[in-house]
This record gives sequence, structure tokens and C-alpha cells, in this order.
Amino acid sequence: MALNRIDDQMKFRTRAIHVGNAPDPQTGAVVQPIHPATTFIQPGAGEWGKFDYSRSGNPTRSAVQETLASLEGGCGALAFSSGMAATHCATMLLKSGEHIVAGQDIYGGSYRLFHKVCNQAGIEVTLADLQDLNSLDAAIRPTTRMIWLESIGNPRLTVPDLPAIIQLAQARSLLVAVDNTFASPALLRPLELGADIVMHSATKSLGGHSDCLAGVLAVREKSLLDKLYFIQNATGAVLSPFDAFLLGRGLKTLELRVHEQCRTALRIAQCLESHPMVTRVLYPGLTSHPDHQRATELLNGGFGSIITFEAKCDFETTRRIVKSTKLFGLAVSLGAAESLIEQPATMSHASYDAAARVKAGITDSLIRLSIGLEDFDDLSADLDQALRGGN
Amino acid sequence: MKIKQSPNSTVVSGEPKSVRQGTSTISVHAGESRSKPSDAITDSIVCSSTYTFQDTQSIIDFIEEKQPREEYGRYGNPNEKVVEAKLAALDGGEDAIVFSSGMAAIVGLLMAKLSAGDEIVFFDQCYHRSREFCYKHLARFGVVTHQVKTGDFAAMEAAMNDRTKLLVSESPTNPHLTCIDLEQFVALGKSHNVETLIDATLATPFNLRPLDYEVDYVLHSATKYLGGHNDLLAGSITGSKPQLESIRTLRGIMGGINSPHNLYLLQRGLKTFELRMQRHNENGQAIAEFLENHPRIERVYYPGLASHPSHEIAKRTMRGFGGLVTFLVRNADWRQTADVIDRVKIPRIGPSLGGVESLIEQPLVMSYYQQTPENRQKFGIDDNMIRMACGIENADDLIEDLRQALDQ
Repeated sequence: MALNRIDDQMKFRTRAIHVGNAPDPQTGAVVQPIHPATTFIQPGAGEWGKFDYSRSGNPTRSAVQETLASLEGGCGALAFSSGMAATHCATMLLKSGEHIVAGQDIYGGSYRLFHKVCNQAGIEVTLADLQDLNSLDAAIRPTTRMIWLESIGNPRLTVPDLPAIIQLAQARSLLVAVDNTFASPALLRPLELGADIVMHSATKSLGGHSDCLAGVLAVREKSLLDKLYFIQNATGAVLSPFDAFLLGRGLKTLELRVHEQCRTALRIAQCLESHPMVTRVLYPGLTSHPDHQRATELLNGGFGSIITFEAKCDFETTRRIVKSTKLFGLAVSLGAAESLIEQPATMSHASYDAAARVKAGITDSLIRLSIGLEDFDDLSADLDQALRGGN
Repeated sequence: MKIKQSPNSTVVSGEPKSVRQGTSTISVHAGESRSKPSDAITDSIVCSSTYTFQDTQSIIDFIEEKQPREEYGRYGNPNEKVVEAKLAALDGGEDAIVFSSGMAAIVGLLMAKLSAGDEIVFFDQCYHRSREFCYKHLARFGVVTHQVKTGDFAAMEAAMNDRTKLLVSESPTNPHLTCIDLEQFVALGKSHNVETLIDATLATPFNLRPLDYEVDYVLHSATKYLGGHNDLLAGSITGSKPQLESIRTLRGIMGGINSPHNLYLLQRGLKTFELRMQRHNENGQAIAEFLENHPRIERVYYPGLASHPSHEIAKRTMRGFGGLVTFLVRNADWRQTADVIDRVKIPRIGPSLGGVESLIEQPLVMSYYQQTPENRQKFGIDDNMIRMACGIENADDLIEDLRQALDQ
């Protein structure tokens, strides 16, 4: 039986369904079995089969890694128990005394990892304004090994000039690691632009159903993949077989979900922009966004499902607004079927120091929306009632 | 595509005030509580086989229907209640019952509603296992089945008598995709005071809502488009609460209930229901049009084509026509037809339909291999017939694949 008859010439959506999902040779099952086994019988002492121990490799995890590598255009991918586990694995490529330059507009959890965990291992971090290549250049030291950035920043939704940053990094022999969580490979594939590593919190749009925590590193070159695999196997934060199954199942509708969310998000952003209770909307799909032009060039067919806006009110009223929606759930996370709302200052970015929050533009009245799969009409009506009632 | 009847909004049951919401809002939220245990965003999977009581009085309160709650897993579970409410909302029905498979659902309904001496009239294009159950098993319990030509209402009426209890049809039918004029179907039932059942598996509530036409019962094999990922078996019946009550009671005795894990996957599948259906409809239409213009194709059955006998009914009553496309290969015997199937690269060869992965099969081989040629001819299963269940892959990839399989 042909195990995998789908070549890489197939379109994105076809690959999302078929690559890494070859029919099960034993049963013909159209969906791969879930292999909960922790260990595998070996052909002989000192002889190793394809799988030996589940931390080192598991068929269900391998299958989803194959799909992820194909979708990101990498030579391979590794699946982790969470996005932070994946990020941590990437930082462990560095030695004590080496240095990371990271974007200013990054997830609070990455900020915390860099400043409160990696620093203890002697790894130094500088945050730079990636919108300004001179500032990035100035932050690079002789010990710098890696540039860490988000392809769409969080929460201000900046879209850095990825090709220019990659060019700069390659000239200095630096690794470029891109957190592609907000964009997803449906909109942007940094490895194809020359980035070395793509990180995903696959908990978000890749899983897409708010029901599995997962992280991914997709890698451009085999030698780097081997190093990361070594670290993953040595440290052990691997994705469970059950979650690998759910992640693979979610990937099959990734493109449909992301494009639908982008369409709805653009319309919601446009509504908010003309709403009397809103002072400012940050969405890369709006012409008012400083990076709109670049986002149009870089992102394929949409601008993501996250909208950040500033309400015309104080801290307490903002808290009331985020509590008074009926469809949007008050929760962190994003990229799900269910729409979510949150206040970055007290929720997703609470792990920033107060001063860093101000510097990153995270004000008290900032609200972040994650647009789900519900109807636009239902979502806009819900936001409108919350904004009007919240005043 | 011009569709008159647009089943894209409904009333979410269980809301204090009736709120009309879009299909995708229903499929994401309907039936789910806003505040869940541990404040989780998704429903938990409640695996418990039995449910305990605080004290003897709470058992008595439950039996006296003062306190609705779970009792024992065979009578229902919390995951099932969510899915049932979602399916009821999508179909625009008052209630839904979920079973362990589509066959368990239709058998559950027939066993609950029919007694020895009763008769049913069934349009003849249908899933072969439904037919088999009626002729081989219902017959053993003294229930008589009459099958008449699909869409022939005069023949259906002629087969009815004062023992007739139920009129049954699929719409669209499998594999010929004939669409039934539901107004006529329901009118015939009502005029004789006989209940009606439509198996709308191939339509789904996205494309057609038979309850809007006052059909009594709607059956779905939820294994197909509703689950949508080729990874669970489930069946459902939607209708009014009083009419479904006896079916629910009998299910508790016969035991064809679905499992909490499976129901969670079904609920998860429903979150992308509208997106998937839009794509299945687009792919079905694109593949049907491609095949109709291909010189090696003798005939295509797809209700979205003007050449299909049901095109007018389908256009009038459906929002889209689904992912199933049936076609005949020109001047091909069964083996030459099988060769086409063996050459495709993307669709997997197998029964079933409605999942994200495309599937392809030859009805002669897959479902009618052990039947006599006469029987095959009677059910319109031609030697050169192929049934393709379009998934949600890119249509261009599917068309290219079919082209290379046909051109070799």
C-alpha cells in the first residue's frame, strides 16, 4: 500500500489534510490511530526500531510533526507540550554569556521566560524596537546569537519587516526565530523567507478548538533540527499522543478557520474604528495601522484574528466592558472557535513589569479581542452592547 | 446558486428570550452553558458510567421528576445533552436524540414507532442497510415494508392503507442524489394522518431543514458531515419533544447510546460545521461540473447541475448540494471503472462520506458486490458507476487528480 501519495506540490489545504495522515497500513484506517504507548518493542538488544521510547518519538506525534513541517515549509518540526516549552527549547541553543535580541512587542510569557528564567542560565536579553532597523542593529552585540520576534506582535499587532530583519541577521550570522502564532502558516511562512526557526503556540489557531495545549518548532535546516531534537529529547517537554491527535484534527480545518476569522476580524475592526466608545483600533488590516502596507505585502489573504483597541474610558470601566459581553468569553488565549475578550494590562501582559508595559503601549483601557468562528452580526451586536453598557 | 429557502438562522433553544443567530454562532455556542465547571471554555468530558445521589430523598425526587439530572450512563450523559441541543438548534427542532450510529438511530425510531401489523412505505433509492433492516428484521416483527419508485407520490399513495404508520425517504438519496419534493411528501402524510421521516444525512441542516416543511422526524448519520472528520460514529433524530419521547425511552432500554468521548469529538466537529459545508458544497459543484464536461464521463448525478432530474427542487429548497458526486464512466465495464478508482491519488478508497478527506468508491463493489445483477439493476447500481465524496481539500488538486486518473 502506498503510504503517502501526496507530494509537496499540493496546495496548502490539501497538505493540511493528507501530509502526515497516510492511511494506517495495518487497518486501512483513514484517520491515524492514537498510539498511547510509552515504549516500543525492539528487534533485538542494541538494535533500535523506528520508535523506542515515547519521549524520543511517538507515531502519533511524528504524524502531526510531518504535517506541521509541510505547512511551514520546513525540513522538520518538533511538537511540545506547550508553546512556552517550545520557546524554552529554542533558547537552550544558547550558552551562558550569549545574547538574544527580542522584539519589544512580544507575548508576556516569552518576556517572563527571557527575563526571569533564561537570565538565570546566564543568557542575556535586550528588547529592541524592531520597527526601527537601526535600533535592532544597535542592540546586537558580539555575543548575540539569536533574534527573537513575532511575525505579528502582541498586543499592538506590529508587523516587522521580516525580510529585512532576516537579511540583517544573515549578514551577522545570527539565528532568526519567529513566533508565528498570530499569523499561522495559512497567512505567513517565515522559513520560506529565510528564517531559521518558527515557533507556534499551537494551543491557538493550529489546534483551533481551545482544547489542547501544544507548542511547535518548525525548522529550515536539518543540522539545526537535529540540535533542537537533541534538546527536546534530553529535556522531555513532548506533546502527548492524545493532544497530537487533536492538534492534527484541528490542522485539517486550519485554512478555513483562519481565513474566516480574518474576514470577520477585518469587519469588526472597521466597525470599532467608527464606534463612539473607541479611541483607537490596532488591526493590521486597517489603513490606519502603521504597518498596514507591510502587512498587505507579507500576509497572504488576511490580517489575523486579533484586534486590539483602546476604549474611551478608565481602567475600571474597561474591566466592566470585558465582563459584560455575552458571546465573547472573558479569557486569555486566542485563535479558537469561540471569540474571546481580555484586558492585556491585567491578563495576557500582567507578567510585564509596569514600566515595560508603558513602554510597550499597553495602557489600562486597552482591550484585546480574539475573533472566533461565530457570525459577524452576532459578534458586532455583542460588542456594541458591551461598549454602550460599559460606559 | 440561487436558493429561495435559506436555513441560515434559527432560534436557539434554551435561551430565556428567543434570539435568532447565524448558523456558525449556533454551531459554536448552542447547547453550551456560558459558565462551565472550573470556568473552562470547552465542555468537559464526563466519562462516568453512573451518577450518585446525595441521599434516598434525592432518588425519590428524581423519580418523581422534581429534579432532572443524570442517573445511569445508558439513559444519557452531560456531553450528549450539549450535542443534542446543538443538533436540535441547527435543524430548527425542539429536541434531538443522539445514537451510537446512524443505523442505531433509524432502527431506534422504527422499533419505537411500529408494532406488528403496521406498514411503512419507503422510497426505493436508499442506503442498502436501511432497506435490509426493513425487509429482513422489521418483517420478523410483523411490520410490512413497501418500497416504491423514488419521487413517485402516486405509487406511494397507492401503497398506503389504514395500517400505514410511516412514510420514509432520503433527500438527497444515495447514490443517485434525487431530491424529494418535501411539500408533496408532507402533504401526502398529513392527508392520511401518517407521520413522515426524512434521512437528511446527505443534505445536513446547512443545506436543508426538513422540519421547516413539517416533516415529523429528521434522521442524520452524524458520522458524515456533522462529525466531519472521519473519526467518529454517531446518528441522530430531530423532531418535537413529545414525538421523540418514546424513542428516547426505548433507546434507554436497547442501549444504542453514544460515548462521552465520541460526543465531545462530535461537538468539536460541529464548531467548523458551516465552514466545512461551504467547502464541501463548492468542491461538489466544481467536481460535478468538471466531470460533466469530461469526454470519458457518460453521466453525472449532482443536484447542482441543470442536467439532474431534481435540479429544480434542489434549487428551490436547498442552500447548496453537498460533497457527494456520482458519475458513470463512458463505455467502461466494471473493471475499467475500478481502474479509474485505483489511479486516483488524493481520495482514499473507502465507504462513508462527509469527512475532510475525500473518499471514492464503486457502489457495485463496495455495497452491492454480493447482490445479483438483476437486483443491482433494480436499484440503479450500474457497473460503471463511481461515487465520490468530496472532502474539503483544494478543488484544483481534486480536479487535477481526477483528470490524471481519467486520462490514463
